[in-house]
This record gives sequence, C-alpha cells and structure tokens, in this order.
Amino acid sequence: MLSAMIAGLLVAAVLAPLAERRLGLWAAPVLAALPAAFAAVVLLNFPRGGGVALTEVRPWVTDLGAELAFALDGLAAVLALLVAGIGALILIYAGGYMAGKATRGRLLAYLLAFLAAMLGLVLADNVVTLFVFWEATSVVSFLLIGFDHHKGESRAAAVQALLVTGAGGLAMLAGLILAGQAASDLGLAGTEAWRISAWATVDLRQHPHYFPTLLLILAGAATKSAQWPFHFWLPGAMAAPTPVSALLHSATMVKAGVFLLARLSPHLGGTPEWGWLVTSAGVVTMLVGAGMALGQRDLKRILAYTTVSVLGTLTMLLGVGTELAVKSAVVLLVAHALYKAALFLVAGNVDHGTGTRDITALGGLARHLPWTFTAAVLAALSMAGAPPMFGFVGKELLYTSKLDLEALGAKLVIAAVIANIALVAAAGMVAVKPFLFRRREPPHPPHEAPASMLLGPLLLGLAGLFVGLVPATFDRTLGPAMAAAILGREVEMKLKLWHGLSVEALTVLVLSTVTVAGGVGLFLVLRRRMATARRLLEHASRVGPTRAFNASLAALPKAADRLSRLVQTPSLGRSLSVIIAATLSVAAPSLILLGRPSLPAGLTEVQLHEVALAVLILAGAAMAVVFPKRLAAVVALGLSGIGIALLFALFSAPDLAMTQIMVESLTVILLALLFAHLPPSPERSSRAERLGHALLAGAAGVVMALFVLVVVPGSFPPSTSEYFLAESFSAAHGRNVVNVILVDFRALDTLGEITVVALAGLGVWALLRLKLGNDRGGEP
Amino acid sequence: MELLLAVVVGGLYASGLYLMLRRSLVKLLLGLVLLGHAANLLIFSAGGVVRGEAPLVAPGEITPPPGAADPLPQALILTAIVIGFAVVSFAAVLARRVFEVTGTDDPAAMENGS
Repeated sequence: MLSAMIAGLLVAAVLAPLAERRLGLWAAPVLAALPAAFAAVVLLNFPRGGGVALTEVRPWVTDLGAELAFALDGLAAVLALLVAGIGALILIYAGGYMAGKATRGRLLAYLLAFLAAMLGLVLADNVVTLFVFWEATSVVSFLLIGFDHHKGESRAAAVQALLVTGAGGLAMLAGLILAGQAASDLGLAGTEAWRISAWATVDLRQHPHYFPTLLLILAGAATKSAQWPFHFWLPGAMAAPTPVSALLHSATMVKAGVFLLARLSPHLGGTPEWGWLVTSAGVVTMLVGAGMALGQRDLKRILAYTTVSVLGTLTMLLGVGTELAVKSAVVLLVAHALYKAALFLVAGNVDHGTGTRDITALGGLARHLPWTFTAAVLAALSMAGAPPMFGFVGKELLYTSKLDLEALGAKLVIAAVIANIALVAAAGMVAVKPFLFRRREPPHPPHEAPASMLLGPLLLGLAGLFVGLVPATFDRTLGPAMAAAILGREVEMKLKLWHGLSVEALTVLVLSTVTVAGGVGLFLVLRRRMATARRLLEHASRVGPTRAFNASLAALPKAADRLSRLVQTPSLGRSLSVIIAATLSVAAPSLILLGRPSLPAGLTEVQLHEVALAVLILAGAAMAVVFPKRLAAVVALGLSGIGIALLFALFSAPDLAMTQIMVESLTVILLALLFAHLPPSPERSSRAERLGHALLAGAAGVVMALFVLVVVPGSFPPSTSEYFLAESFSAAHGRNVVNVILVDFRALDTLGEITVVALAGLGVWALLRLKLGNDRGGEP
Repeated sequence: MELLLAVVVGGLYASGLYLMLRRSLVKLLLGLVLLGHAANLLIFSAGGVVRGEAPLVAPGEITPPPGAADPLPQALILTAIVIGFAVVSFAAVLARRVFEVTGTDDPAAMENGS
C-alpha cells in the first residue's frame, strides 16, 4: 500500500511534463490530487497513541539486511501529512508561479519526485530504505536548487548543498551500519537488526560502538538540517524557485535531520553524550541563525536564516529530550512548517507582483496585494508567537519546557528568548515592512497574485490560526501520537492559550510578552538602521564556515594536482618506482600483520637436482641483468626460461613444460632477431640511482618471497579442482585434465585468449608494415 | 621445496623489476619476461607442488590417481604463458619501431616528445 503510493508519485513525476503539455494550466491542480490523496490515506489510517497503523515489508537484498520496509507510526504520519498536504498546495502554487514558462513541466516533475523521496524517507523503517530515500531527497534538492541552471550562482549553490548534505549522508550511512551491527551483536537476528522499530527490544546505548555511531548519525542529521557549522548551504539554496524553497528548504526536507534525531532518540537518546552534543549544536544554530537573519535584505534569505534558527531550536529541544521538550518540539515543528511555507509563498507573491525581493525597495504594498498581505500577517503572527496563533502555543510550551529543567534551564531560556526576539523582528521585516510604511517604487507596478498562488499561503496561514483557537484539533490527535513515537511511550498533551495564574504560568507569560515587545522594538530600530546591521554582519561572516568550505573546495583540486604531479611523472622509471613502492607499502605491513610469514609445517623435502635447477634459473636471471651485451642477455634469459620449464616438468605439469619450452625458444629468437643489430645501450643511471633501484627491486623480491610462503599451504578452495578431476573423463571424455579445462570447461576463456593472441599478431604485422611519417613515402 | 621456490620467485621478481627500472627499452622487455616467469611460478607454488603425479587419467581409469597435482593453477598458467608471449612480442616489435623512429631506446629521451 505505502510503497505503491510512493511509486505512484514517481510515475506521476515521469508523466508530469507530458501532462503539463496536454492540460496546461490544469496540470498542477490535477497532479496535486495525488499528494492530497496520500494525505487522505494517512489521515484515514492515522495511528492511535504510540502504535503503528500500517506496515509493509518487501524483501530486497535480505542477506545484507536491506528491505523495503515502511511503518506508519505517529511521527511518520504527522510528517507525511505535512509533506503531502503542503506538497499538494505547493504544486498548485507552482502551476501559477511558473505560468507561461517552458520549464513548468520540469518543475512539477521534480516536485513530485521530491514528494516521493520525502514520503519514503519519513515512512522508512529499514535503515537501508531510510538511507536510499534520504539520498534521493538530496539529489532532488540538487536538481531543484540548480533549477535555473543557466545561472552560475544557482549551479554553485546546488553543488554546495549536494556536497554538504551528501558528505553528511555518507557519515550517516556508516553510523546506521554501525547501529545495525550493534543491534545484531545484541541479539537481533537477520533483517530484524536493520529494522529501526525492532531496535526497541535491545539497548544500543550499551554497545561499545555507541559513541562513534552517535557521532556519525549526528553528522548526517546536522548537515541535512543545516545545523551550525553546516548551516551555510541553506541560504544558498534560496537560488531555487520560490515554491521549492517553501517546500524543501523550510517545511519538509530540512526537517529530515530533525526527523532522524526524533526517530532515533528512543534508541540512541537519553545519554549525557546525546544531551550535550545535540543540545549545544541546537543552541548555537538557534542563535547564529536568528542573528544572521537580521542582516539580510532579500526576503527569502531572511526566511532561510530564521529557518536555520528554528531548526536549531528543534534540535536543542530533542537534545534536552524531556517529555515537555519533546512535546514543544512537536508543536514547534508543525507550527513552523505551516507558517514558514506560507511566508515563503508570500515572498514569492511579492517577487511575482513587484519584480524584487529586496526589502529596502519594498513598502506600502498592502493596498495592492491585500490577500497576500492577509496571509503574511497570519503567518507572521504565528512566527512571532503572538496569541492566538499556533506559534504562540508553541513558544509558551518551549519556555515552559526550559523552566522545567534545573541548572541548565535558565541559560537555555535566555538563549531562546534572545533568538525569539530576533525572530519577531524578522517576522516584521518580512510581513510588515514590505506592506506598510512609505510606498517605494518597485521594478514594475505591483499587482496581486492569481488565485492559484493565494490558495496556499491563505490556507496555511488560516491553519495556524485555527489550531491556535481550537488546540483540540492538535493535542488530541496528531500531537500525542507524534510525541509518543519520539518518546517511545504513551503521552497526554494539553495545549491552551491561557494557562491561569500560577507562578510558572505567569513567568512564561512575562517571557512571552518580553519577547514580543522586544521583537517589535528591535524591528522598529532595525527598519531605520538596516545598513548598519548589514555591515556588522558582513564583518562577522568574513570568518566562518562558508569561507572554510570554499577554501577547502579550492584547495582540493590543487592538492590533487600536486599529488598527481608527484606520482604521475612523465618519467617511466619514476612512475614504475612509485607503483612498486606503493604496492610494497600496502603489501608488506599486511603480510606481517595478517600472514605472519613462517615456514609451513608440511614442507616437501628438497632434492639435489632441484637445487641445481633453482640455481640455473636464478643465474640466468642474474646474467640477464648484468650482461651488457644484448644478445648475451637474451640468451641468459632463455636459460632461465628453460630452467622454469624443467621445473614444471619435474612437478607434474608436463603441458606447462612443453608450452614454456616452445614459447621460450620463440621469445629468444624474436628478441635476438629484433635487437641483435641495434647499437649497445649503455647504463644511463647514476650510481646512486642504481643503488636505489636495486634496493627497491630487492625489497619487492623479499616481499614476494614471503608472500609465497604465506599462501603456499594449498590455500585454494579445492572444490573447483575436484570437480574438474572427477568430471574430466566422464563428462568431457578427455584424459588430460589441464587440456580439458582449457578446451572444454573453460573454453570461452580460451577463446578470449586466442583473440588476444590474434590481436597481438595483427598489431605486430601492422607495426612491421607501418611506414612512419616522413620516411621515403610512396608504397602504401 | 616451498622455501626454495620462494627464493626463486623472489629472485625473479627482484631481477625483473630491476631490469624494468633501467633506462633502456630492451632491458624493460627482458624485465617484463622475467616478471611473467615470476608470476607464473608464484601461482604454481600457491597451488601446491607435487612430484610426478600429473593430472592425467590413465587408460582404463575414469579419474586421475588420488594425490594428482591440482589442474586448475596449471590451466591458469598455461593461459598466462601464451598471453605473456603475445604481449612480449608486440612490445618487442613496438620497441624496435620506436628505436627506428627516435634513434634511441632510452625512454627518458622520449619524455618531451623529441
């Protein structure tokens, strides 16, 4: 069921450009029916309490623990609802936003593909399934950020986002594999060990690999959810078309890291390591994002930095991990998805209606874009945490959950208040500044957006108001189910706008009032002092992770260049030396570590004539090395080869002996014919070089000799040979087993070999016939 | 015997590689031949050596006698010998042509396309 629906979205993605050509303006609403249907299915099957409503397991590579496993629990269901619901609205919006553009079909296709990937990710229960969909969202995000691929800025941002999230994804894969192995160490059998829901029966925190597992998985979560110091790709991602920013880079994809933390917190959370790492990453990100938001003039970049800040807050809450903290993370996540998607769409409408997103060029638009302004106000009130919006409930809960903690609580509350004051001011800059105050002259006369582009922001804004006024729609249904899935136990939830008159409730109310008042004040100051704020932030961003990223990106090809110059010299001798030395440096330690070269027990004794043969072979080789005359060296080479042929004959390999003798004779004749009349080639290397070469070659000889001793005790698995020995006569009617292998059992190999020999022969013939360049000419 | 074979293989590798490092195409070729010998002997010893028990089926029998030598490495080596010869003869003719065109068999003298 679940996988069929995901596959349906993928098929729709493939067909989207076609549909767009046929249906034109109606393509987007028609396609939006798919995610809407997905959301409806999730709603109808909504899991109760901490339970799981739908599961699906399809075998994939079961030996490796890979299955297509999906499970619809509270966490998955709420996120799937957000993804599919907001996705449907944004598809409709995108249809209007891209009206008249040739790339509309492509955008719809990418958006549908993204929805498939994201829904697969939130529903995944198997770690491999999770990873595959995780990477799929990164890849689609790359395509969407670089959607305007004719712009260099878009391409650079797309590559940056892909590199950062891709690297994090690899770290996460390693972490997930460690976790799966730990689960199987702790007693889960087969594919159970790779199913996240099954980890509830073991305690991964007890495993010695817990800490590296945690670090690797956190790296994945932090890059995806733009946690400091990996936050910088998210503002860059604003190069994508606005519907994309609203869907991927605010409401859904960037939540994937937070989702991963939530998904794994019952299995990995609750330890001091988790608490410190996750909480501190969250707090720093929350403050950095909030601060950076205030120095931007592009509507979308302001929103991007506030998204960074909220993602930090969510991470912090999951790091704290108490019941209250998790509940407030749940509320904040959903509230943020609603208002932030709405605000991005508002920014898109402003851009669409005026031709700019620069807030210094915008003002007094409320008269011209009344509906957009309404949506902006609704969303911004929720973002600012003003009553009676959903965001207000979220912020109250956030403060309460912090005050609940003892020593740490006060510091976290102060940090959260500071960040929220900045968010209030940012909300003002996005939703108030462009619409009220003095009229400015935008690039073209402002006009309101079409209905398709108003539906999304208005609905999302109203949803925030509705949940704020009637919290029962959330705290009886979605909220507790999601919180229960994160905490791993049933919980109750009670959201309200008015908390009564207890000391705690009053403290929270005071904090809330301070936040809103401080934010409004900050906004009023900033409105006049924008340039100053920007200059301050420019100074601050001189140092920082963006610079480090760009520097390392530039340094990488330089280092690679230097390394290849070092190892890939034009000199044949030096290249060979590098190859030999590299091989030795790998082979020698592993021989010593793994092989422990020692004389094997069942040594065959040596006979005198065999020693003589060995001396003959080695003497031939040595003479080939030292003889300065070419012909003498070739003859010495032949001597060595004949010695080897005799060795083959002595040790039960008559076919080898015959072949070797023939080939050796041919080689000697060929080399003698080709090189007899050439002038002698003197030794051209210096004494020191020769010594170096001799040492290198000698070391290689020693390593290879040790290698023989390590592998010698009959280390091939005997089954293949036994089959050949047994079947040679009865199946292939040949008495010489070696010949039967060559011409019957492995006849195709021999065909390949003959082809090689024939090609080499053709090459020889061609080279002999070849007339090169400017010599004599004439004959073809 | 395995110890003796190890010494022979090591010696062949050492002299083959040393020859290949010389600045002479002809010596490079001789080194290539020795390297081929060394690799063949390495496979041969890894398969386990047996005296006088070739993997042949005697008339009237249907399998070789128990304890016969392993036929698989022998088949591999046989292929390797023939391929090795093809490679060496092609390389030798190529080296000869190079000498005719450039007038030298020093690879270092050809580095800059001279």
